[in-house]
Amino acid sequence: MKKRRYLFEAEAHEALRAEIRKFSRNEIAPHAHAWDEAEEFPRELYAKAGEAGILGVGYPEAVGGDGGDLSHVLVAAEEMVLEGKSVGTCVGLGSHGIALPPIVSFGTPAQKERFVAPVLRGEKIAALAITEPGGGSDVAALRTRAVRDGDDYVVDGAKTFITSGTRADFVTTAVRTGGPGHGGISLLVIERGTPGFHVSKKLKKTGWWASDTAELTFEGCRVPAENLLGRENAGFVAIMMNFVTERLFLAGQCVAIAELAYRETVAYTQQREAFGKKLTGFQVTRHKLADMASRIAAARALTGECVARYLKGEQDAGLAAMAKNTATDACVAVCDQAVQLHGGYGYMREYVVERLYRDARLYPIGGGTREIMNEIIAKMEGY
Amino acid sequence: MKVLVPIKRVADPANANKVKVAGSEVSHDGLEWVMNPFDEWSLEAALRLTEDASAKTRTGEIVVVSIGPKAAVDTLREAMGKGAERGVLVDGEDTALDSNVVAQILAKVVEKEQPDLVLMGKQSADGDSNIAGTKLAELLGWPVINYASHIETSDDGKTLTIKRELDVGVQTLKVQGPAVITCSDRILKPGTIKNGVTPADFEYPDLGDLNSRLSNLKNIMAARKKPLDELGLGDLGVEPVRVDEYVGFELPAGRSGQAQFLESVDELVQKLQSEAKVL
Ligand SMILES: Cc1cc2nc3c(=O)[nH]c(=O)nc-3n(C[C@H](O)[C@H](O)[C@H](O)COP(=O)(O)OP(=O)(O)OC[C@H]3O[C@@H](n4cnc5c(N)ncnc54)[C@H](O)[C@@H]3O)c2cc1C
Repeated sequence: MKKRRYLFEAEAHEALRAEIRKFSRNEIAPHAHAWDEAEEFPRELYAKAGEAGILGVGYPEAVGGDGGDLSHVLVAAEEMVLEGKSVGTCVGLGSHGIALPPIVSFGTPAQKERFVAPVLRGEKIAALAITEPGGGSDVAALRTRAVRDGDDYVVDGAKTFITSGTRADFVTTAVRTGGPGHGGISLLVIERGTPGFHVSKKLKKTGWWASDTAELTFEGCRVPAENLLGRENAGFVAIMMNFVTERLFLAGQCVAIAELAYRETVAYTQQREAFGKKLTGFQVTRHKLADMASRIAAARALTGECVARYLKGEQDAGLAAMAKNTATDACVAVCDQAVQLHGGYGYMREYVVERLYRDARLYPIGGGTREIMNEIIAKMEGY
Repeated sequence: MKVLVPIKRVADPANANKVKVAGSEVSHDGLEWVMNPFDEWSLEAALRLTEDASAKTRTGEIVVVSIGPKAAVDTLREAMGKGAERGVLVDGEDTALDSNVVAQILAKVVEKEQPDLVLMGKQSADGDSNIAGTKLAELLGWPVINYASHIETSDDGKTLTIKRELDVGVQTLKVQGPAVITCSDRILKPGTIKNGVTPADFEYPDLGDLNSRLSNLKNIMAARKKPLDELGLGDLGVEPVRVDEYVGFELPAGRSGQAQFLESVDELVQKLQSEAKVL
């Protein structure tokens, strides 16, 4: 079995992988099963990851990061999935990846100081809240209202499916400050402990168990106006820009999950016997594995191309959507076959592929559904 | 203080099951290379000796040296990512080295670098010979202390107080530098290194199963720009003489993987005594 890498990878990526590998083997893998069953990983892990410089990957040193770019973020996340074997932990630990970029791009120096650096040190947890109980795909229709009153915004509404929401110290929240449509949306940082901000529910999910997911409610929640990111009613662009990188993160996670499922399956089929030979002794098994490997290679290639283009300054939302769909399809299909080749064990909770199969189901839904990706592609293609 | 830390890259011990042997050679095909874990302990000790851990600043100098092919540069860069200041790569083929050759080459590097201390692994995870450190000290005419569990200095390495944990108790030694020291894994525990700079009450984090601290992306990037000298044996003026000859390698017998269920601890103890003969 060949260990495949993104075409964009250079020396520093390999060295980064080595460090993340050690961290994940030491701090995550031994607990992967237990944390999933507990539906939570210990909060101390943030501090450990911060100390190890993992949370700071992809953030400029000026805001307290360790440098690097999107390519390093993808590689770090892949290695954490491959060696930590807990997708839930990885995405929970990484929820700042969608919560911080709007602050880094649009925040004032004071906002960056307050919100970015402590998260990268692992002292604070950050979440992003766009989706509402009434709808997620149609972002421009969101209903959570923020009404200016003196030096505050008074926020009323609800958000749901918020990753790391139950423990977040602050939530980068999309609110309606203006009229209907995308021209009336702003981003507001809402801190835990603000009166009127409630974690109304910790949600039970199909997969991603180690990552907590919350429903949040805001009732007359007074948020200081200094927590507004960028200009009022200009939040939609920031949200859309954030989606582009989020989709590439998600595509990268899909490649990583599929790769892990594939590796687990190769190892299993090489030692499991049926009818007097190893499972890999059957041509049908080898062909299934070959198909899995091919799909992963294709998803990796397209995801890698998107990242390389993004780093050159080309923002191609259509290609990013294609990468996400290609990678999610590959991930779902590979995890399904991984379970199949494990037989009954593949259906058992203590097997990694069983967990991955459940984790994989999120990807065609989260961060923009498969259908919405196709909407974007169609629009970009001009039909 | 200037510390020289020799570092070997070894095939990842975690992949031991993939090793193939053919006659007098071990095949490295398909194996991944990692820093020899025993060298990592010494590197960590060297880092703790040459820093102010509470201020997160470096106060001394570490030169890491490896003898190996060009690809061993990655291992040196890894060490520099953790904090070492400089690297030296001496060109050599893994199969052409034995502990004596290594010691002879290192002696020349020591002459050139003039460190206050050589901190090295007690052995390598592949050859397990346990010779190079002692041999190096002999060639240099320096004192050698093996399996150090504590190192203390307050005058920048001129005098060192070293503890060794032995079966019979703890031995404390005082030595005038320069010296060669090899470390035991106890050296990774908090409070084992005192350099007179890091506050005595500073607590290093528990490394868990790690053999040395992790590096972050910033330091990985910085390490790529740190100076690294590549030398040939000619540059060092040494023609090392090999003493060991590798006659043959064999893989250990595979384990049966059979499990036996026993009813009680008493029965287990009895079996460990009478059948396994390990008690
Ligand atoms: C585990 C998990 C974690 C998440 N984390 C976060 C988070 O941290 N922050 C956050 O803000 N959100 C988060 N989400 C929400 C996620 O982004 C949304 O679930 C997603 O955007 C879809 O929105 P929805 O669930 O409201 O579905 P809906 O928008 O109601 O869609 C339902 C179905 O209708 C389809 N559909 C909708 N519109 C169209 C159309 N125009 N054409 C064709 N089909 C259409 C959809 O594709 C889908 O199949 C998370 C979700 C999950 C499950």
